Amino acid sequence: MNQDKAAILKGTLDMLILKIVALGPIHGYAISQRIQQISRDHFQLQQGSLYPALHRLENRDWLEAEWRDTDTGREAKFYKLTKKGRKHLETEMESWDRTAQAVALILRTAP
Amino acid sequence: MNWPSRWSRKRNRESQLDSELRFHIEQRTEELIADGVEASEARRRAMIEFGGIESAKEECREARGTYFVEGVVQDIRYGVRTLRKSPAFAAGAILTLALGIGTSTGLFSIADAVLINPLPYTHPDRLVAIYARTKISRRFPVSYPNFLDWARENKAFSAMAAFRSGQFVLTGTGVPEHVRVEMVSAEFLPLLGVAPVIGRQFTPEEDRLGGKPVALISNGFWKQKFGGAPNVVGKSLTLNDEVYTIAGVVPAGFRYWSGNFRRNVDLYVPIGQLDNPLFRDRSAEMETDAVGRLRPGVTLAQAQAEMDAIATHLAEQHPNADKGIGITLVPLRQDIVGNIQPILLLVLAAAGFVLLIACANVANLLLARSAGRAKEFAVRAAVGAGRGRVFRQLLTENVILSVASSAVGLGFAACGTRAALSFLPETLPRASEVHFDGHVLFFTVAACLACAVVFGFAPAMKTARADIHEVLKKAGRGSSGTRHHTQRVFVAVEMALAVVLLAGAGVMIRSLARLWSVNPGFDPHRVLTFVVSSPQPLGSTPSKVRAAERQIRLQLGAVPGIEAASLVGSLPIQGRSLLSFWMAGEPKPATGAQMKTAIFYLVQPDYFKVMRIPLMRGRLLASEDNARSPQVVVIDQQFAREYFGRQNPIGRKIHLYIIGASPEIVGVVGHVKQWGLASDSQSPVQAQMYFPISQMPDNLTGGGSVWEAVARTRGSSMSAVVAIRRHLARLDTQLAAYDFQSMDAILSDSLAERRFAMMLLSVFSGFAVLLACVGIYGVTSHVVGERTHEIGIRVALGAQRGDVLRTVIRDGIFMAGIGIVAGICGALAFTRLLSSLLFQIAPTDPATYSAVTVILATVALLASYIPARRATRVDPVVALRQE
Repeated sequence: MNQDKAAILKGTLDMLILKIVALGPIHGYAISQRIQQISRDHFQLQQGSLYPALHRLENRDWLEAEWRDTDTGREAKFYKLTKKGRKHLETEMESWDRTAQAVALILRTAP
Repeated sequence: MNWPSRWSRKRNRESQLDSELRFHIEQRTEELIADGVEASEARRRAMIEFGGIESAKEECREARGTYFVEGVVQDIRYGVRTLRKSPAFAAGAILTLALGIGTSTGLFSIADAVLINPLPYTHPDRLVAIYARTKISRRFPVSYPNFLDWARENKAFSAMAAFRSGQFVLTGTGVPEHVRVEMVSAEFLPLLGVAPVIGRQFTPEEDRLGGKPVALISNGFWKQKFGGAPNVVGKSLTLNDEVYTIAGVVPAGFRYWSGNFRRNVDLYVPIGQLDNPLFRDRSAEMETDAVGRLRPGVTLAQAQAEMDAIATHLAEQHPNADKGIGITLVPLRQDIVGNIQPILLLVLAAAGFVLLIACANVANLLLARSAGRAKEFAVRAAVGAGRGRVFRQLLTENVILSVASSAVGLGFAACGTRAALSFLPETLPRASEVHFDGHVLFFTVAACLACAVVFGFAPAMKTARADIHEVLKKAGRGSSGTRHHTQRVFVAVEMALAVVLLAGAGVMIRSLARLWSVNPGFDPHRVLTFVVSSPQPLGSTPSKVRAAERQIRLQLGAVPGIEAASLVGSLPIQGRSLLSFWMAGEPKPATGAQMKTAIFYLVQPDYFKVMRIPLMRGRLLASEDNARSPQVVVIDQQFAREYFGRQNPIGRKIHLYIIGASPEIVGVVGHVKQWGLASDSQSPVQAQMYFPISQMPDNLTGGGSVWEAVARTRGSSMSAVVAIRRHLARLDTQLAAYDFQSMDAILSDSLAERRFAMMLLSVFSGFAVLLACVGIYGVTSHVVGERTHEIGIRVALGAQRGDVLRTVIRDGIFMAGIGIVAGICGALAFTRLLSSLLFQIAPTDPATYSAVTVILATVALLASYIPARRATRVDPVVALRQE
């Protein structure tokens, strides 16, 4: 495994998951695949640690889950964003943008 | 949502979690296979990428936060399974703890009933026992005329009642039968808040001379004599040849303990009807006690101030009788349990010690066990159990242990309490109220949880904190030095507690042994005491009464198996009959209070022979001393020493107050310990005199148709009972003899409180020594077991058996030694609490302490010798191959 890959920033995993789920109902394995793809393998994610995060988000009513058949006809647990979750994602993204811009500004202007 | 569906959903959730994760792994495996990876390799890689499945599951559960209940249930199941896998450990721990919990629960149930539960009356905190205060005692019975004045003149009490015990013979129902009667004021039951279950209370008119004879009957008497028939009110009973009408039935649970009130009362009659010259004499007391209810808002101090004023007033009005007579008020609760309270608290503390020792022992067992289980927990931690989770699991196991122990302990307590109570039938007030109620169960639950924490915390912390890698590397072989250290501390603490208990029991035993060897001044062996009474006066004239009394004596003396017998006014140890007197030749003191006082025995000539009281000078009373001959009295050595010094008392005359006789002293006999083996020498009145029944003045012969009697038997004292009854019936079918008791029993009852404390302390210290012994044995064995390898090497390198033996024993003795030293310091402090129970022995008695030290050192030596022996038999080859 590539040692350069950064561990996912603490607290950002939740946001990533919410963002991915916001695209439509999706099961845990697909989420992990999506994170790997979108981040173009920049992040290293121990797949096992995804699930506690999913359960935590579900417990907070940001996600809701439902058992459904996949394309291949197998039963899997699909997660979907709730209204509350969408709202939370929006505020999180705004604050993330602000933080990111601020950080970028500092990095650019600093000598 | 109802429970079953919530439950099923939760179970479902667990399987959902399972399939969700499985889906992930399978999906990944399939992908890898599709990429051309070989099947088993694909699965392996999928698992590795995923990471720890169990720990992910655990984290998911925790993320939910709703798994606590399932966790607990799981823990309990797991705990029970683990304990069942090691039945020896479980049984040992449960029995040990049950012993501790049982003893303390049992003792607590006694203390709870006696000390904590309020008295079973209405507003018991306002009830006050009322006594006369004389130079002899702070709590002296009151004369009835004084009582009437106290009751009339005070404003502090809403009601006051007097009571005294009476001896009545019930006739008209076949064989004359003795019934236990309490004479009580009409106010007595209403004041306590006790109402008859059927019928009515006494009226004030009935509580006076000339009132209509009425009686209240006890529930037991009602059931026994009337089969509990509801129409009992209005029926009549013949008591002492007088017809009493039944007014009502007293509730079954009614009990009263203060003063001379007796147990198992059959009947209650109004005290105000008692027509006896002594009872009506202001300067005499007829063992009458009193109780009062304070008005709301009146404090004890206010009441005391008012009663003091009344006493002063009465002393001015009746200087002859009341000079120097004060009034003592004691809260009823204190009056009833004040004496037993320190003893109960003491044994309760001792029981607590046993519990602590048991906890220490179980903690040690757990520590020893945790060594064996270190690997198990390390594995659990490695597959994802958090440290908190392991800790919780261990605590759950401990709670299971202590709950099981509590259940067994409650059983022990139930049996043990009965046994303990049987040691003190007479001295413990409220013993009949001892039962297992909510308080007791609460105590047990609290004790149980406290135990789980006390014995479980340290081992659980140790185990849960163990370093996974270290433990796994050592593969369970390793012994942790700190664990042994903790175990040693526990053993030392146990030893110390055992020393304290053993020292306490030791000084109590020595003290009792001393008391038993005290010469009471008479020979109690083979002496039978009983009561003889007749429903009517023994004769119509004084001379006929005297003749009848003489007949009874002769008849009793003629019973086969009886050497000698005598009627007597009051018994040693039990009775308290005092009489004032003054010396002939001195002016009669103005008031009774200024006279001298001595213990007064009314006896028949053979009394000295029965009791084997030795004659010192002069002569004893003889059958020739009768109503026509000069009045005579025999005094004891104490009397002679106190009032005649070195002069010869023989031939001197004294004047007896109240009785109005002026007998001449004809003999001096040995002193009898009237006030008990321990306390006689502290009593303010010790001088004794013996006056013949046959010389009682005419006006006082009518009163006594009830006598105590003593008889010296040839065989065992109780064997003569039937023959005595037969002989008395031959004389007069109306005579009843009852309350048979051996003098030995009376003497031993007088020590019942001490015996109670001694018995319990002995039993507890026995437990303590046993447990401490098991503790040392356990720890030493455990250490030997873990050091087998090391010992094997030593032996292989040429160590002698003696060396090995010494090393191991030294370890045990070291623990014990520290414990013993600490224990002796503790005992020096603890046994001081016993001082009031000790007789002629210091609480720091060196002999006892040496004995305790030797006993415990021996026990410790033996307990560590057995495992040490095992250590010497270690075969180096086997020991080394084991690893």
